[in-house]
Amino acid sequence: MSAPTFFLLGASHHTAPLELREQLALAGEKSAALRGALRTLPGLREFAVLNTCNRVEIYGLAAEPGAVAGLQAAFCDLSRLDAAAFARIRLELHDQAAVQHLLEVAAGLDSQVVGETEILGQVKAAYAAAQAAGTTGPVLNRVFQKTFQAAKHVRTQTAIGEGQISVASIAVDLALKIFGDLRSCRVLVLGAGEIGEKTARAFRSREAGAMTVASRQFEHAAELARALGARPIALEGVPAALADFDVAVCSTASPEYIVVRAVVAAAMRRRAAQPFFFIDLALPRNVDPAVADLENVFLYNLDDLAEIARDNLAQRQSETARARSLLAAKAGALWGQVQERLNGSRPAPG
Amino acid sequence: MNFLGLGDRTWLWLAGAGYLVGFGLGTAALLRDRRDPPVGTYLTIVAGFLLQTIGLYLRGAAVKGCPIGNLFEIFQFTAWSAIALYLVVGATFRLSLFGYFTSCLSAVLTLVSLTVPGWDAAHRINAFGDTPWVALHATLALFSYGVFALLALTSGMYLLQTYSLKHKRLHGLFSFLPSILELDLISVRLLSVGVVVMTWSLAIGSFHWVQDLASVNPPKLITAGIWLAYLAALLLRLGRKLVSQRLAWTCLALFIAALVSLPLVNASRHPVTPPAAPAGTPI
Repeated sequence: MSAPTFFLLGASHHTAPLELREQLALAGEKSAALRGALRTLPGLREFAVLNTCNRVEIYGLAAEPGAVAGLQAAFCDLSRLDAAAFARIRLELHDQAAVQHLLEVAAGLDSQVVGETEILGQVKAAYAAAQAAGTTGPVLNRVFQKTFQAAKHVRTQTAIGEGQISVASIAVDLALKIFGDLRSCRVLVLGAGEIGEKTARAFRSREAGAMTVASRQFEHAAELARALGARPIALEGVPAALADFDVAVCSTASPEYIVVRAVVAAAMRRRAAQPFFFIDLALPRNVDPAVADLENVFLYNLDDLAEIARDNLAQRQSETARARSLLAAKAGALWGQVQERLNGSRPAPG
Repeated sequence: MNFLGLGDRTWLWLAGAGYLVGFGLGTAALLRDRRDPPVGTYLTIVAGFLLQTIGLYLRGAAVKGCPIGNLFEIFQFTAWSAIALYLVVGATFRLSLFGYFTSCLSAVLTLVSLTVPGWDAAHRINAFGDTPWVALHATLALFSYGVFALLALTSGMYLLQTYSLKHKRLHGLFSFLPSILELDLISVRLLSVGVVVMTWSLAIGSFHWVQDLASVNPPKLITAGIWLAYLAALLLRLGRKLVSQRLAWTCLALFIAALVSLPLVNASRHPVTPPAAPAGTPI
């Protein structure tokens, strides 16, 4: 009798183009159908299915050599993909390599955006679903629980998750560097466009204080204000009220500057001790660049934010080697524990 | 005077080394692109403070008074005051990198004063005479300098953070600096505390001066000028006339002026400097 093997079978954005990933995705009832098919598969002792927009991966414990091939056949059958096509995009790993892969996935090292945190929640959800379905056992339980610890460890020990990479989150992080606490921060949203709304929502999610929306068309401002729990004002009223805000998120379609130096200088005379943060997300720009020369005024435009995102991403990527090496040590130790467990559960020869 | 077989200067050397270790720990963390270890830095500063307290106590016992009789003791006492205040302020406000910069400043003040032999000139025992008010005046004045030392640090951090945000340099050391508003808030509080303490000091000193106008010399007027300048800075800040980078530069410049004035004020008390006595030897 051969030893049970811990395995991973699946495909991800590294191996499969978007069209094939769409075909493989376990949307709706497909997930339950696969689980049902795998339950009765001979030699498959434990399994969990990780299904995200970038990957479908099945982790399991095979007690017989043919179990993984049987699983692949069931999966291809359900996805209506022929075995040869799947073989070209397939990722199959065994034992310590499979453990290491799971650790890297959970830590965000294998993600399209390196270091993103959403994947850890998705791995946790996959494990919870497998537990609820009763398809996990001592090996998967051990591997997944240790995986969560390892993912947290690598995040605290490396800069893999540091630095925001979306424009909205970067803008909020910059505001925190200026104001420290956003709860007393008054935010003005100029323009009712999508990027402005996203940034305003990012401020809301960090408990920013009073929010006001101004737009050339008042009904647009009122609509967005309702969605954000904000107050609408007319665009014409902005210059007079500018001193009452701390942050301005600008994203109007105006072909010329709508925030000019003289207006900001006048506002700053009324609030000299309080800094002002302008986030200019518009193209063409809404805020006169000369505004940045004023004392206590900070101005970031779309290019500035994009460059920060690039720097942060590069910094994350530069940390991947260190993170991978930390996880390799964890995977080695974890695989040693799993082997002990597997050897302990194996029937004595003879 | 010794404690555990070590003289006062040895304890002060150890204190300086403690502050240097705190600074080294922070630098090593920053070079690895990590935040300075707050607990590690705080503990090394506490250790340095305790060692410095022992050293200053021994020196105080030897000179039978507060050890602020020469330039060496003045710098040691100023560093000690800054650290004493940091231990309260740092724990309360938990400003990132504050411990790192404080350990750096204390290491500089402590170690520089130890390495200049001429600064530890011998002075008479009980340098402030029989009246405790003059000693209290001098002690409070130097404690206010400790407060202004911390203010200079927060002002420097404010300028660094402003530079970082204005010039979009957000990595490395800059990424760990506290927010602009936090730094402004703590700076205003330190400025207020420093001015109040120095005002007490000058008020106490003025009672003595009124009775002995001959003892009022130009260097002492420099101290009064520094107090006036800090008071003006505080009033202008409260009136929102001096804010942001201008306030930070002013606080930095005033602290440098205060430090530079210390040798002049000290020399005015000791017109003739006798040769240095062996460490910790009562005169």
